[in-house]
Amino acid sequence: MIHQFETIIVGSGGSGLYAALEASQRSQTAVLSKLFPVRSHTGAAQGGISAALGNVEEDKPEWHAFDTVKGGDYLVDQQAAKILAEEAVQAVYDLENRGLPFNRTPEGRIDQRRFGGHTRNFGEAPVRRACYAADRTGHMILQTLYQQCIKNNVSFYDEFQVLDLILEENRCKGVVAVELATGELHVFAAKAVLFATGGFGRIFKITSNAHANTGDGPAICARRGIPLEDMEFFQFHPTGIKGLGILISEAVRGEGGILRNRDGNRFMEHYSPTLLDLAPRDIVARSILTEIRAGQGIRGDRKIDDYVHLDATHLGKEVLGAKLPDITSFCQTYLGIDPADSPIPVLPTAHYAMGGIPTDTDGRVIKDDKGTIVEGLYAAGECACVSVHGANRLGTNSLLDLVVFGRRAGRHIGEYVKEVEVPSISEEVADTAGRWIKQLTDGQSGPHGGHIMEEMQTAMMENVGIYRNEKDMQAAVDQIQSLLERYQQVRVQDSGRAFNTDLLEVIELRNLLDLSLLTAAAALNRQESRGAHSREDFPDRDDDNWLKHSLAHLNGDTVRIEYKMVDTSVWEPKPRTY
Amino acid sequence: MKIILKIKRFNPESDENSYFQEFTVEADPNDRLLDALMHVKRFQDGTLGFRKSCAHGVCGSDAMRINGKDGLACKTLIKDLTSRDGDTIAIEPLRHFPVQRDLIVDQSEFFKKFRAVKPYLINDDMPKEKERIQSQEERMVFDDTTNCILCASCYSACPIPENHSAFLGPAAIAQAYRFLADTRDQGFEERLPSLDQPDGIWPCQNHFKCTQSCPRSILLTKRINQTKKMIETYRQERNEKINNGES
Repeated sequence: MIHQFETIIVGSGGSGLYAALEASQRSQTAVLSKLFPVRSHTGAAQGGISAALGNVEEDKPEWHAFDTVKGGDYLVDQQAAKILAEEAVQAVYDLENRGLPFNRTPEGRIDQRRFGGHTRNFGEAPVRRACYAADRTGHMILQTLYQQCIKNNVSFYDEFQVLDLILEENRCKGVVAVELATGELHVFAAKAVLFATGGFGRIFKITSNAHANTGDGPAICARRGIPLEDMEFFQFHPTGIKGLGILISEAVRGEGGILRNRDGNRFMEHYSPTLLDLAPRDIVARSILTEIRAGQGIRGDRKIDDYVHLDATHLGKEVLGAKLPDITSFCQTYLGIDPADSPIPVLPTAHYAMGGIPTDTDGRVIKDDKGTIVEGLYAAGECACVSVHGANRLGTNSLLDLVVFGRRAGRHIGEYVKEVEVPSISEEVADTAGRWIKQLTDGQSGPHGGHIMEEMQTAMMENVGIYRNEKDMQAAVDQIQSLLERYQQVRVQDSGRAFNTDLLEVIELRNLLDLSLLTAAAALNRQESRGAHSREDFPDRDDDNWLKHSLAHLNGDTVRIEYKMVDTSVWEPKPRTY
Repeated sequence: MKIILKIKRFNPESDENSYFQEFTVEADPNDRLLDALMHVKRFQDGTLGFRKSCAHGVCGSDAMRINGKDGLACKTLIKDLTSRDGDTIAIEPLRHFPVQRDLIVDQSEFFKKFRAVKPYLINDDMPKEKERIQSQEERMVFDDTTNCILCASCYSACPIPENHSAFLGPAAIAQAYRFLADTRDQGFEERLPSLDQPDGIWPCQNHFKCTQSCPRSILLTKRINQTKKMIETYRQERNEKINNGES
């Protein structure tokens, strides 16, 4: 079946919905989503969204932009960071005006709290910048945006899995998708397509990410010849529930929670004397691992699954109940403890992809180091790389990224589609996707994908995790390549057409394998330590050789790397201490 | 430990009737029920159909009936359902919805009812300041209802739709309350037609099943009763009758 729209948005999390709200006012728009919109992973974001409102103490967008650049270990494009910080203020007020129930100050204004790496006056001390709605800020943003989409009659195609991008002569002409309910292939022809498909934390074994976070947009772009930017930078959030990886918000530390080792010591005093537990995430995650490796984990056995304690007992039931109720509930459900009485056992968990589809600050996809735009193709949110997060994202800046750049992309699309003709598409555009589905469902017997998934996640977790070295990463690249070969034999067990979730999982597995390969290869390539990329064999940052973005091209089962300049037009890179 | 999942299966393409199928799974007592279902799907039977996403109780995808109670498979632990090796867990799709495949149900009516209450802030005034000012106390009045993840556990737990399928249901009413009780909202009269009608709020008989089932601890029955009160007060002030279908 062929559909014709002006604008197609793929994904219905924060950036997709915000873009849809803007684009649908200016063009005929449809949102394709593999989940019901309210199930998107934006809803799992907890702690807050930063904006220099200055509601509780002095703050400035300039300080916010600087913190973002320094937090990203100077791999952030600085003009983009300024846009992020400056537009944050109005973006947060817009959300409030549209009904988002932020926590309030005694004066009835939006309340703000501390978060890692956010400081006053260029690093002096933590500042209260994170606007929050209890510890379910992402849920509230997702709900508010979906509510507004209902109000504005945005069209949704729920439970449509996008398989391919129609790209001819550097112009995007639409997407090909499979409908879960029927198994039917659909072609969505469009003047503009925005990918807002979210992250891909499921390449790792222990992750805070949803099962649905399989990087569909970036993987499709990579297979269609668009390089992915800075894929080596993957954030491990310091505090996931031990074993499960379920996120325990940084807001716990923002409200005063303390990380402690087996002796009960506040070990962050050694690693970050100024910001302590509110140092950026890459630093805190490494500090936890260093403690564990030194036998200072709670068990003290130096094993990879040893853990530390996040102590929130001194905050009291009242603060926990009012400001961190979901965290309290997670601890009760999954650990059987009350954080008011017992410390929370935590371990870093794979959390956020700083890298992704390269874009400019209007969401337009860029395919090379010269800034060449792919006509009609946009990306926003976690799947994109603007880059405002550089080598390490600050907490609360992801929700902000969604809102600011989702909105900008939606607006730009609205103008762009007025200027271009409806693309002509041939009947063959669905052939590639059709062949893929046919191969997976041809009835031959083959291995199921479950084992390949497990081996991939373990390989990435063990070899491309927080601390990295050449030998381990080479092993990961080799293993992913062999898993890609085995994938060719995988067949779907479910021969039905309606609600064939088996087919969708096998499709997602391919996306994860491609992104694992790109991540491992890009990490192996970068011979320095910067932000979340910490190499034991190259422990220092090397601005002379590596102050540059990587662009990883996927060619079958190999990866070729090119580079792109970093915008350092505002602040000179300096050593990063906190 | 070994547990047995007794899962209700149905594929409309090939089955005339639903049936139960048993799977034996090795599980840790601290595993989520969703982990056990994933194990079946990935390593035993890829054809098993169920929805899932966040795996920690915030996205609402995996609501189902678990040993006769409605809830989320990712927020239910194996140890809460079993005590010894060989114990069985019965898993069925949510009630009151057409089954599309195994544990996957068609929730389009549920979302239609949600949309009917105009679940968005209604206020066309320009904010007087940057924010629409609201005290923390005012915000807390509707706080629990903002927890809703639209998982539909409450709708399945409610006994009313069985004989009254047009009933709005607990989630939609609670989402109406979420805005009616928000000092920034001005949409009471716009929402009234969907609530004050025989299929609207009035069929609720305070069975409390919704409240008991809610994985997000929303005081659904209380919020429904508060909404009833608001409507009754509004009608009394105007010497009008509520429209509950009774003359």
